[in-house]
Amino acid sequence: MELLIRNGFVYDPINGVNGEKMDIAVKDGKIVEKVNERRAKKIDATGMTIMPGGIDIHSHIAGGKVNAGRLLRPEDHFKDVEPKTAVTRSGVGYSIPSTFTTGYRYARMGWTTVMDPAMPPLEAKHTHEELSDTPIIDKASYPLLGDWWFVLEYLRDGKIEECARHVAWMIKATKGYAIKLVNPGGLEAWGFGRNVESIDDPVPYFGITPREIIRGLCKVNKLLNLPHTIHVHTNNLGKPGNYVTAIETMRCVEDLAEDGKPAIHITHCQFCAFKGDDWRTFESGAEEIANYVNAHSHVTMDMGQVIFTDTTTMTADGPFQYTLHMLSGNKWTNHDVETETSAGIVPFHYRRKSYVHATQWSIGLELALLIKDPWKILMTTDHPNGGPFIAYPRIVAWLMSRKAREATLKRINPKARSRSLLPSIDRELDFYEIAIVTRAGQAKALGLKNKGHLGVGADADIAIYNFNPETMDPSKKYKAVRRAFKRAAYTIKSGHVVVKDGEVLKHIDGATMWVDVQLREPCEIEVNENMKRRFKEYWTVEFENYPVSEDYLAVSHPIPVKADV
Amino acid sequence: MNVNLYPLKEFKLPIVAECINPDIFQEKSLKEIEALKVWEGNKQKRLGELFKVEAVETSFEAPVITIHGNASRVRRIGVGMKSGEIIIKGDAGMHLGEEMRGGKITVYGNVLGWAGSMMKGGTIEIYGNAGDYLGAPYRGSTEGMKDGKIIVHGNVGREAGAHMRKGIIKIYGSAGQFAGFRMKGGTIYVQKDCESRAGACMVDGTIVVGGHIESVMPTFTIEGLRKRVKIEEGEIVEAPFYLFIGDLTENGHGRLFIAKEPNPHLSHYEKFL
Repeated sequence: MELLIRNGFVYDPINGVNGEKMDIAVKDGKIVEKVNERRAKKIDATGMTIMPGGIDIHSHIAGGKVNAGRLLRPEDHFKDVEPKTAVTRSGVGYSIPSTFTTGYRYARMGWTTVMDPAMPPLEAKHTHEELSDTPIIDKASYPLLGDWWFVLEYLRDGKIEECARHVAWMIKATKGYAIKLVNPGGLEAWGFGRNVESIDDPVPYFGITPREIIRGLCKVNKLLNLPHTIHVHTNNLGKPGNYVTAIETMRCVEDLAEDGKPAIHITHCQFCAFKGDDWRTFESGAEEIANYVNAHSHVTMDMGQVIFTDTTTMTADGPFQYTLHMLSGNKWTNHDVETETSAGIVPFHYRRKSYVHATQWSIGLELALLIKDPWKILMTTDHPNGGPFIAYPRIVAWLMSRKAREATLKRINPKARSRSLLPSIDRELDFYEIAIVTRAGQAKALGLKNKGHLGVGADADIAIYNFNPETMDPSKKYKAVRRAFKRAAYTIKSGHVVVKDGEVLKHIDGATMWVDVQLREPCEIEVNENMKRRFKEYWTVEFENYPVSEDYLAVSHPIPVKADV
Repeated sequence: MNVNLYPLKEFKLPIVAECINPDIFQEKSLKEIEALKVWEGNKQKRLGELFKVEAVETSFEAPVITIHGNASRVRRIGVGMKSGEIIIKGDAGMHLGEEMRGGKITVYGNVLGWAGSMMKGGTIEIYGNAGDYLGAPYRGSTEGMKDGKIIVHGNVGREAGAHMRKGIIKIYGSAGQFAGFRMKGGTIYVQKDCESRAGACMVDGTIVVGGHIESVMPTFTIEGLRKRVKIEEGEIVEAPFYLFIGDLTENGHGRLFIAKEPNPHLSHYEKFL
C-alpha cells in the first residue's frame, strides 16, 4: 500500500528536520523517497504537526506483575470501561488497562512502540503472551538480570566473559531486549527480608556489592554490543536522600563509557532525586542530578513524572513497595518470583495538597527542564507508577508551556510551591525538543535504527497532530496542545492508518522485538549443563520448558547483534 | 414532569440503565427520554424499546420516576443522582443509587447487591430485602459510604456498610456476616439478628445490634453496659446493651452495641466489668 502525507510541518530531530513543510511517502510499511502520486492514498496534513510515532522506553504493560496488579484492583477497572466497536475489542482501564485497551490507547495518542521494562525470566512466557495480545504497537521487554543468581555468581568470581555468554543465552531464551537491573542486590536481600542501603552494601550470601553488579553488567552489555545500555532502577529508590545513590550509580560506570556514548540508563529518575533526611525534611535533588548529567555524556535517563491521580505503583523492587505499603496503609501484594526476583504492588493516590507528592511532581519537571540536552532526558511516567500513560499530553503541555506549569503550581501544596524550582525556570520546550524527548531520543537511547525518525528506510510509524505550529503558540495555547496529543489526527503504524481523529480504525498486530545475540562460539552446552543442575534443585519448572521459543511470539522481530565474545 | 416506566417484557438479560436518573430526565421530552441509550446484554438499545414510557405533567420541579413492575435485572438505576425521586414498585437490580449525592429512591420490593454503594448523600428506602454489599464500595475499593441514609425494612446480605465513613444505615430485619467491615465512621443499626464477625477490622463508627448475635469477635473488648442507645436524632432504643470497643487488631475504637437480653451467651463478659 502506498501513502502520501502532504504539507504537514515535519519534526524529525534525527534527520535534523525542524518544522519544515514537506511531503512524506510511504510504501510497504517503510518510508520511501517517493510514491506514484496517482495511485497512492493521500492524507492532507495542511496545518498539522507530523512526528515519528511515539516511543516509550519504560512502561509496565505486560507480565506477571502487571497482571497481579489487575487482579488486585477491580475498582480501578470498574470506572473506566471501553465497550467493543466494529474494529476494537472491549476492555478496561484505568491505571492498569487490559492488553487490548493498552494498545488502542497508545495508538490514539500517536505512540507506536512501547518497552515493557521488567520481565522476570520465569514469567517470560506470560509476558510474551500478553505482549502478543497488545495490538497495534511494537513492543519489547527487558529481562530482570540484576539479581539473577548465575550473574551474581559469575560476577563474584570475576568471570565477565562467562557471564556475558550466560546473559546472551538468557536474552535469547526470554526473547528480551536489554539488561534490566532493579535495586541491584536489594531484591536478593529482600528474599531474606532485608535490603541494601547503598551501592557498597554487600548482598547477603553472595559477598558482592551493587557497585560490582552494575559495573559487571555494564561490561557484559558492552561485550554483547546490545542496542540499549543497561537499564537501571537505582538502589534506595523512593527514599529521601537517595539522589546521592543515583549520582554514585552514574559515577560508578563513568570510566566504562567510550567515545561519549551512553553506558547507563537511569530510569524513572524522579523517584531517585529526593533530598533530605526523612519525609519531613524532604526536598528536590533535581538540581544536583541535573548538574551531574549536564557535565557528563555517559548517561541517559527518563523522567518518571508524577501525575495527580489515583494509580497503581508496581515495581520489581519488593522492599520499596513494602515500605510504601507501610507508609500509605494501602493494600499490598508481594509478587515473589521464586529464586529469581520479586515484585510489589500498592495502589496509590498522588494528591496535589500533599507536600511530598507535589514536590515529586515538581522534581520530574525540574529534571526535564534543568537537563539542557533533551537527548539525555526522556519523557515517561514510569506507567503506572507515576501515573497512567494516558497523561502524556498533560506532561507535553507542562514541558511546552510555563503558563501550564503555573496553572498547576497554583493548585498544589503551598509549601511545595514555595520550595519548587519551577517558578525560576523559564525554559519551554519547542516541538523539535518534544519530538526528541518522546520519540527521537527514545529511539536513540534504545538503539532502534528504524524507529524514531522519518528518513528513507525507516519504519512508517507516523503520528500527525492537529496543531498548527505556525499560527498557534504552544506556550499560550497549552490546552490545544493537550487536546492535539490526546487524540492524534492520524496514527500510521507500519504504513497502515490505524487511528483517525482519536478513533481506532483498524486492528493490526504489532511486532515483538528481541535481540538475537550471535556469539563467536556457541555456548549452549556449557550454559545448559550448569543450569539444568540448578533447576533440578531450585526451580519449579523443568529446564526444557523454560526458554521461550520464537513461534511463541505472535509477530517475532529479531534484531541480530554480533557479540565480542 | 413525572415519568412512569412499564417494562415491556420479562427481562432475561442484564440491563444496564444508568440513564434512569431524574437529573437526566429533567427537561427532556418524552421522545428524548425514549431515545436514551441502555445496554441489554451486549446490545445497545433505546429505553423506549424496553420500557413503555409515560409522562405526566406536574408542577413539581424535580421529576419523579416510577417503575411499575419487576426491574430486578435492571442495574445501575439512579447512579450518581443529585435530586428528584425514583420509586420502584417491584424489585430492583444491582448497583441501585451508586454514588448517589441527593434525592430519594424508594423500592417496594427487593434489591440486589451494592445498593447505595459509595453513596455520598440522599436517601434510599427499601421495603423488601437488600442483597450483599449494601452501601459498600465496589470490590477492592476503600471508598465507602460518605454520607446519606439507607433504610431497609427487610433483611440484608453480607458486608453491609463495609468501609463506611459517615451516614447511617438502618436495617429493621437481620444482617449477614461482616456487617460494618473495615468501617471508619457512621452508624449501622440492625434491629433483629446479626450473623457473626460484625465490625471486623472497624476503626471507628457505631454498630448497634438489637437481636441475637452468634459471637463477638475476640478482638473486641467489653467497655460497659448502657441503658439506651441513640441511633440518630429522634430514634433512641431503650434496652440494656453491652458496649464493646474494637477492632483492636487495627488499633480501632469503634463501638459495637449488642442488646443484652437476646444474648445470654455473652453474659460471661460481665465479669470483666
